[in-house]
Amino acid sequence: MMIGLSHFLVVAAILFSIGVIGIIVNRRNIIVLLMSIELILLAVNINFVAFSVYQHNLIGQVFTMIVLTVAAAETAIGLAILVVTFRNRGDIAVEHVNRMKG
Amino acid sequence: MMTSIIFYLFSAVLLASAVMVITARNPVYAVLFLILCFFNGAGLFLLMGAEFLAFILLIVYVGAVAVLFLFVVMMLDVNFPALRQGFRRYLPVGGAVALVLLAQLVLVASAWVVDPNVLTTAGTAGAAIDNTRALGRVLYTDYFYPFQVCGLILLVAMTGAIVLTLRERKDALRQKPCRQVNKLASDIVEIKKVTTGQGVEI
Repeated sequence: MMIGLSHFLVVAAILFSIGVIGIIVNRRNIIVLLMSIELILLAVNINFVAFSVYQHNLIGQVFTMIVLTVAAAETAIGLAILVVTFRNRGDIAVEHVNRMKG
Repeated sequence: MMTSIIFYLFSAVLLASAVMVITARNPVYAVLFLILCFFNGAGLFLLMGAEFLAFILLIVYVGAVAVLFLFVVMMLDVNFPALRQGFRRYLPVGGAVALVLLAQLVLVASAWVVDPNVLTTAGTAGAAIDNTRALGRVLYTDYFYPFQVCGLILLVAMTGAIVLTLRERKDALRQKPCRQVNKLASDIVEIKKVTTGQGVEI
């Protein structure tokens, strides 16, 4: 049995769903939330690369690089906000992070 | 046959470690499983023939992002078990949402038919050049401005992270270069004539 496009799409779909479960279930823990977002972005990247390879069109891989860049920037900013929140408040529970000013 | 075995191996480990990322009690383990996830994702990329992105994934994610996560998790002194309180309560809801989403995505993926007349870029027309070279040819010509915008995004992110986390500590002792430069020799050093045998008065 040959490995085709739909195999990769199904794997990416399962990975995406796991990321969504992670966001819903770990809604108090920002660190695991950020990691779930990373999982979702990895699923999206697998989709992009699979389409790019199986349709012989390199633009999908260019777009994957852009997604990687934005994901890295998002993680860096998110963790910086997390560190500042922890320094000011002493915990990282999401429901207490409703005052971003000051 | 060999390709199938490798594909199923990488996919199984990828999905299993993704499940472990969201269920691990200790966030350090979660980060380590995330790293395993990225390794297997890179394996899938390699299997598809996107070598450059596979190694970029390893370098950027495992080398930078995952280590950043690890540093933050280890630096923060947080009561992590207390943050897991709603886990069992939200599990049915999350499972239901994800199941519906998964069913939709799998339906789309299995019903997908590729249009044979789909466009191909010039970069992939010849199979003679490798993936990295083809990607470079596209990236530095047609997609040069998006590439530059990527650099700008990273610059903004770096500046933002530094601005957010930099703090001036009042209690720390540090050099003040302007005071050092503005200090005059006449303020500090006093020159006295010493007559022999009498010493100096201080």
